[in-house]
Amino acid sequence: MIKKARQHVSQNESLIFERSSPGKRAYQLPPLDVPAVDPKDALGAGNVREEIGGFPEVSEVEVVRHFTRLSTYNYAIDHGMYPLGSCTMKYNPRVNEAVAALEGLRWIHPYQPDESVQGALEVIAALENALCEITGMDAVTLQPAAGAHGELTGMLLVRAALEAEGRPRRVVLVPDSAHGTNPASVAMAGYQVRNIASNEKGMVDLAALEAAVDEDTAALMVTNPNTLGVFEENIVAVARILHAKGALLYMDGANMNALAGISRPGEFGVDVMHLNLHKTFSTPHGGGGPGSGPVAVKKRLEPFLPLPRLVNEEAGWRWDYGRPQSIGRVRAFYGNFGVLVRALAYILAHGGEGLRRATLDAILNAVYVRKKLEPYYELPHKAPTMHECVFSDARQAGRGVRTMDIAKRLIDYGFHPYTVSFPLIVKGAIMIEPTETESKQELDLFIDAMISIAREAEENPELVKGAPHMTRIRRVDEVTAARKPVVRWTREEEK
Amino acid sequence: MRYLPKSDDERREMLAELGLESLDDLYAHLPEEVLLREPLKLGPGKSEYEITDYFRRLSGRNVAGRPCFLGAGAYCHYRPVLVDVLVGRGEFLTAYTPYQAEISQGTLMTIFEFQTMLCQLTGMEVANASVYDGSTAVPEAVQMARRITRRDRVVVANTVHPEYRQVLETYARHQGLETAVTGYVRDTGMADLEEIERETDERTAAVLIQSPNFFGVVEDVRQAAEIAHAKGALLIVVFTEPVAYGVLEPPRQADIVAGELQSFAIAPSYGGPYAGVIATRQKYIRQLPGRLVGRTKDIEGRGAYCLTLTTREQHIRREKATSNICTNQALVALMATIFMTVYGKRGLRELAEQNLAKAHYLAGKVPQKFFGPFFNEFVAHSAVRKPAEVNARLMERGIVGGLPLGRFYPELEDCLLLCATEMARREDMDAVAEAILGR
Repeated sequence: MIKKARQHVSQNESLIFERSSPGKRAYQLPPLDVPAVDPKDALGAGNVREEIGGFPEVSEVEVVRHFTRLSTYNYAIDHGMYPLGSCTMKYNPRVNEAVAALEGLRWIHPYQPDESVQGALEVIAALENALCEITGMDAVTLQPAAGAHGELTGMLLVRAALEAEGRPRRVVLVPDSAHGTNPASVAMAGYQVRNIASNEKGMVDLAALEAAVDEDTAALMVTNPNTLGVFEENIVAVARILHAKGALLYMDGANMNALAGISRPGEFGVDVMHLNLHKTFSTPHGGGGPGSGPVAVKKRLEPFLPLPRLVNEEAGWRWDYGRPQSIGRVRAFYGNFGVLVRALAYILAHGGEGLRRATLDAILNAVYVRKKLEPYYELPHKAPTMHECVFSDARQAGRGVRTMDIAKRLIDYGFHPYTVSFPLIVKGAIMIEPTETESKQELDLFIDAMISIAREAEENPELVKGAPHMTRIRRVDEVTAARKPVVRWTREEEK
Repeated sequence: MRYLPKSDDERREMLAELGLESLDDLYAHLPEEVLLREPLKLGPGKSEYEITDYFRRLSGRNVAGRPCFLGAGAYCHYRPVLVDVLVGRGEFLTAYTPYQAEISQGTLMTIFEFQTMLCQLTGMEVANASVYDGSTAVPEAVQMARRITRRDRVVVANTVHPEYRQVLETYARHQGLETAVTGYVRDTGMADLEEIERETDERTAAVLIQSPNFFGVVEDVRQAAEIAHAKGALLIVVFTEPVAYGVLEPPRQADIVAGELQSFAIAPSYGGPYAGVIATRQKYIRQLPGRLVGRTKDIEGRGAYCLTLTTREQHIRREKATSNICTNQALVALMATIFMTVYGKRGLRELAEQNLAKAHYLAGKVPQKFFGPFFNEFVAHSAVRKPAEVNARLMERGIVGGLPLGRFYPELEDCLLLCATEMARREDMDAVAEAILGR
């Protein structure tokens, strides 16, 4: 039975271009207090454009209704549980939005003199410190704009450090359970990717690692806990094997929500890692960004961090550009400052003990879901669960019901799907990360829904395979969309 | 901890179901050597009031919201109220990337509108769903040109934003990309096209210019395109000030347009988060990095939208992907979309013309370094007072001055880059002129 959701009326809404009609407007500019300038005189006639063909002309109330109506077509964390494994969809506290909107933090220009932005620099310094404390690393750059950008930055740091010691080496090892961004980032940093297979527990295989690491190995890029939600129990040995051959250990911190307050990567051998502020530190995903991907390093890598670096002097905080060994800039200005403000507010709200409590609740929720669903879904890897658990569709596949079908049926039950078909090492993966901000009631509803779907898969597989049934639109034709891509509106298309 | 929605009784109940006694049992399997040795030194958790108070105090230590004549890649434009009202809706703010089309049509439709408006604005045929920012759009655009031409050299005008060029250098160093940087014409402030022509050869993947350029000067895109195309190279045009395209002819002759949309209702926010975009011709769509939303139908024939051409992306292609980009800037791009919708066809033109008028008023009162055509930014020659001194005097009057150019162009150490948007008041511009003229 579907307990959490029922259908209700939602407004139809066309694209904004179809609401447009000449002469409607939603703006009014103040009168010009200087003489008008003829664009043709100022720019030259050849540089002046005709009107922007197709641009909308609509009224203010239509703008509000348009975007409000569209917003109602989205599922969001504000609606309920969002059990996307590896994505850490947790509640986004609204005080974080409020402080990021303070005029003194939002209305400052990146080229203002350092002495006029001391408050902003203090935010950056405080967050750098907090992230060092949480990770056990020695220095942090906040410049990378997102997780994958942090990975690239981290790989460039590895390369710079090894180059400074003689030669950059050629190969970076990536476990087959890794996020797709890992190999892509490695390739962008000019390294060859060598995949290494996981062992039967889903962990890095020490023997395979030992065999793979040689003088040409620059680093191993490992996610810990890995994408099965399993803590790499041999991580200290992994680090030792790498370090013995002069290679570095890179940690993808996507799953830091399982560690904050109970374990510090800097203390188990990690040399460089990135964090996702939009995961662990709850800055809103916003439908796909903005993110922020700080990179934390050990002392040895600090000289290579991106320019500029924040330094404290008697006169206050100042940006320092005098770092000859730096890899250079990875982004203009200083990173996604507005996201940094939110992350710092999140850390302040928790304090050290609060972060630990959040981690424990995140693990509790995942272990609880695992226990409750294990009778109904195949659990291919039995190692202890941290913040997320990975089932497979093996038991349902016999009835023709695959992980994507179960995911889509969850939508009818009022939930966002879990992560589908990832990690790649589990066939038909069902990857569930509840996060700590789900109540027991919401979790129990989710568990009920999953159990109910398992039953439906037995009794009425077509119901599941045709899901979702209650949404505005049903499953979409992605094949045609990709074969003949229509990625913009044109007047002709509407006919 | 107020964000944790469980009572201790509920925790105990759950632990009991798991056969555990305490929360610490949850990680008992971790090896001793990896466990935290002492509690994190981050102090106790703070109340909402303490947090607001803390940030209010820090906020008060910044000079903010004053008249500001800084541009150079971040612009102070008025932000319509509707922008924050609408992006603040939890359905937009707290949604994930729209992989599940059935419950993400809102985000998908707004991105489709974004892509469309960016095409209309830039004169290109396809635009992606946004990238991190303008500076990172540049190396992505260059990589794209390399894939298309299978060449490994790029000619970059030094009138492209210096920090964008620095980002390109960082990316280029390890990707086997050769860069040739060309100069500008001393009296116009435009990219030196003769030098670009000399540097562009059969090995050149792309010519990279910015228009309006870092000095605010409008480049000759048509001629730059002819030079690039004559050698089989692509032309990439970068922009940092999209309001210009309300009145300025867009770079239709370009093959790739890469830019920054901060001007479209995205607060300066000390440099981010902003939103970049890459637009191009239809024939290059499969080489475009970043997400794309396409139109399709659902199984019942209803119009629908979904992420498309994902086989270019890292989660499918892994190390062979067109880029490692995963996150884009959806919420920030939505701000730009709402901005473009509020102003619309006539409003953006009117807004652009106000910018043009304000900047030309200010420029008329001070010595100008260059005479090339400009939009809302220009280089002032500050012969009487050093640029830093001009800014210090303005700061005393509560005005944020311009950007001293010496830090990026040593030969322009007596110059200030000034920007006047629709928010610049006449009396403040008069004060800027007085400070420069030494009155």
